[in-house]
Amino acid sequence: MEVVLAIITGILYAAGIYMMMRRSIVKLIIGVILFSNGVNLLIFLSGRLKKGKPPLIPESSDVFIEAYTDPIPQALILTAIVISFGLQAFAIVLVKRAYKVLHTDDLDQLNTTDEDS
Amino acid sequence: MMENLVIWPLAVHFFFSLILMFGWKNIRFQKNVTIIGNSVSLAVAIYLFIHIYQNGTQTLAAGGWEAPFGIVFVSDLFAATLVLLTAISGFAVSIFTVVSVMNARLRFGFFSVYHFLLLGLNGAFLTGDIFNLYVWFEIIIISSFVLISIGGEKNQLEGAVKYFALNFMASMIFLTGLGLLYGLTGTLNMADLSVKIANVESRSLVDICAVLFFVGFGIKSAVFPLYFWLPASYHTPPSAVSAIFGGLLTKVGVYALIRVFTLIFIEDLFLQTLILAIAFFTIISGAFGALINNNLRKIFSYLIICHIGFIIGGLGVYTELALAGALFYLVHDITVKTNLYLISGLIYRLKGNTNIKQLGNIYRDYPKLSVIIALILFSLVGVPPLSGFWPKVSLFQAAFANANYWYIGALIFGSLITLIIAAKIWSEVFWKNKDSEIPTRRFIQFDKLKNLQKAQFVVPIIVLAVISLYIGFGAQHVQELVSEIAHDLKNNRSYIDAVLNQEQ
Amino acid sequence: MQTTILKAASNFLLPVLLLFSIFILLRGHYLPGGGFIGGLIASSAFVLDAFANGLVYTKSMLRFHPGFLMPLGLTFSFLAAISPFFVGKPLMHALWMKGHIPVIGKLGTPLIFDIGVYLVVIGAALTIIFTISESR
Repeated sequence: MEVVLAIITGILYAAGIYMMMRRSIVKLIIGVILFSNGVNLLIFLSGRLKKGKPPLIPESSDVFIEAYTDPIPQALILTAIVISFGLQAFAIVLVKRAYKVLHTDDLDQLNTTDEDS
Repeated sequence: MMENLVIWPLAVHFFFSLILMFGWKNIRFQKNVTIIGNSVSLAVAIYLFIHIYQNGTQTLAAGGWEAPFGIVFVSDLFAATLVLLTAISGFAVSIFTVVSVMNARLRFGFFSVYHFLLLGLNGAFLTGDIFNLYVWFEIIIISSFVLISIGGEKNQLEGAVKYFALNFMASMIFLTGLGLLYGLTGTLNMADLSVKIANVESRSLVDICAVLFFVGFGIKSAVFPLYFWLPASYHTPPSAVSAIFGGLLTKVGVYALIRVFTLIFIEDLFLQTLILAIAFFTIISGAFGALINNNLRKIFSYLIICHIGFIIGGLGVYTELALAGALFYLVHDITVKTNLYLISGLIYRLKGNTNIKQLGNIYRDYPKLSVIIALILFSLVGVPPLSGFWPKVSLFQAAFANANYWYIGALIFGSLITLIIAAKIWSEVFWKNKDSEIPTRRFIQFDKLKNLQKAQFVVPIIVLAVISLYIGFGAQHVQELVSEIAHDLKNNRSYIDAVLNQEQ
Repeated sequence: MQTTILKAASNFLLPVLLLFSIFILLRGHYLPGGGFIGGLIASSAFVLDAFANGLVYTKSMLRFHPGFLMPLGLTFSFLAAISPFFVGKPLMHALWMKGHIPVIGKLGTPLIFDIGVYLVVIGAALTIIFTISESR
């Protein structure tokens, strides 16, 4: 299972970065989304996969009787998802505004900030 | 009870941001509240700094969850100093913003977001948990996205798209490194990481994490191959926003670099060589970029990059003296760079332009102001005994002692180019005999403002100039302070003890 | 797209979904759920209503701009976070009221914090969705 998820993480990273390198602004957003999903999956994997184990240890036992599931990566992913939700919403609105003002979705056309003024 | 002091700078900004949200529509109310809020946070920051200076590192475990498990906020002297500098810059910029930014831009909760930006900066300085650091970074970049794109002009939106794409990339790379690091060590507390990372067997994975962190923070602090978003976006928003960005936003990346590379990834020759090489190229490319540009704000953007190289280089040399020099430079740089952008805003208001070819005659028209600005330009260059000079002494000494001659060469080159640029700005903008055409549309010229408004333009610049002068003439105090911080950073036992053994 | 079936269904679904979101909010401290999920369910209820009856109708039904929920929720969370200051405990320390209230369970600062999160999420999600779907 780890291998499959690792491969999927790799694919998401590759696809995300590839999309971010494209010239279209919309593809930039898609790349951003794929990239952040890849990162979330990576954090999930870094907590090791264990099936059917409790995240908490009973109060009565004071040693790790058996391996337990690490709950922290889930908490981290939840935080990361919330943050990337906000960022992506902002990005979509930004791109929409930019398209309205600039009349182009080609990133190569966005070069007025580099001109000498 | 005293331990909650650590969180006060955050609570104050959050509180005022909330108040501002409730007065969303009333701009006059917002202006008054933001000045009050920044004064309060300045007072709190001064109090925190004095308390930390006298009593040493303070920690606060949020929710009562003790150190390696819960999130801790740690205020050592380094963090307290940066919180103080943030408060000073934030205070100065808030006064400047009130008068210089058009009301049309202030309507969309500008000040509320501004307080959130300062909240994020303070949080990033004060947190002792690396995932929490990521969260604060996100708060910073979301606020800065809003501030950079508020107004919605053409080049602003273009700058915002570039700024967004690269900063988002940086966050994701940082998060990747963080995930790997958690997988290796199983902890997120920075002090605990520092202890546990030494026991990790696969050093190559640790190096990969370190490089991911370096790239992530490097994009945010604009080092050599990763800086292209900065000159493309920093000159697009109003100068007040650029001032807070230029003064503090890149510096929080530098803070994170210094923190992570003195606490977690240490004693690694490969990393030190990498950081030094990057510092060298950062200084050179920033200097050349500043040399060829004609827009004042773009020149300052490239100077930021150039001087980030100085600080990063001090980290790369990694002796106590070098770190002290780098920290001194950081202190000097925050005040001066904030001030320079404020000055560019003032010049725009005086003459309606920021292109140095179109400007002229400021010395003839405003001699007193020009003297103050000249002082700041000299501080930037580092003419003794002004503030830019002293850190360079430490950096030179440390680099000579370690025989990092490439870095010394870059330092000399960077300082020389800075001098040339300061001279160029002075001769073109202040002495040249050319009357620029002042646009009349949407623009109230400086002379036609009321006296109070004039004061609001000039006072922040003078406040920051006085602080720069203090850093220069009171260099002994600052030197003692940064030496102590550098000592703590180099021997990170004290930080770890303060976090992990709270009961003592 | 306004179909009669969806319209009829959404009229019943809206209150049910809102109740469900509050249920999720309240059980969140020890069981799966909480302010964030509850807020998303509540805002999805309003979005469904907007699909069925049109954006204008949903907005007029809400009576106030959903953006107003954000500062309100933040205030709740902020007060819950700093209230331990006044009894000398560190930030975000959970303070619980003694005794047990039927239906709700125990009352304490974590619940107030979660209510704050719930309101912020509704406010933010609805503001984002309304803004995007409004400006064509």
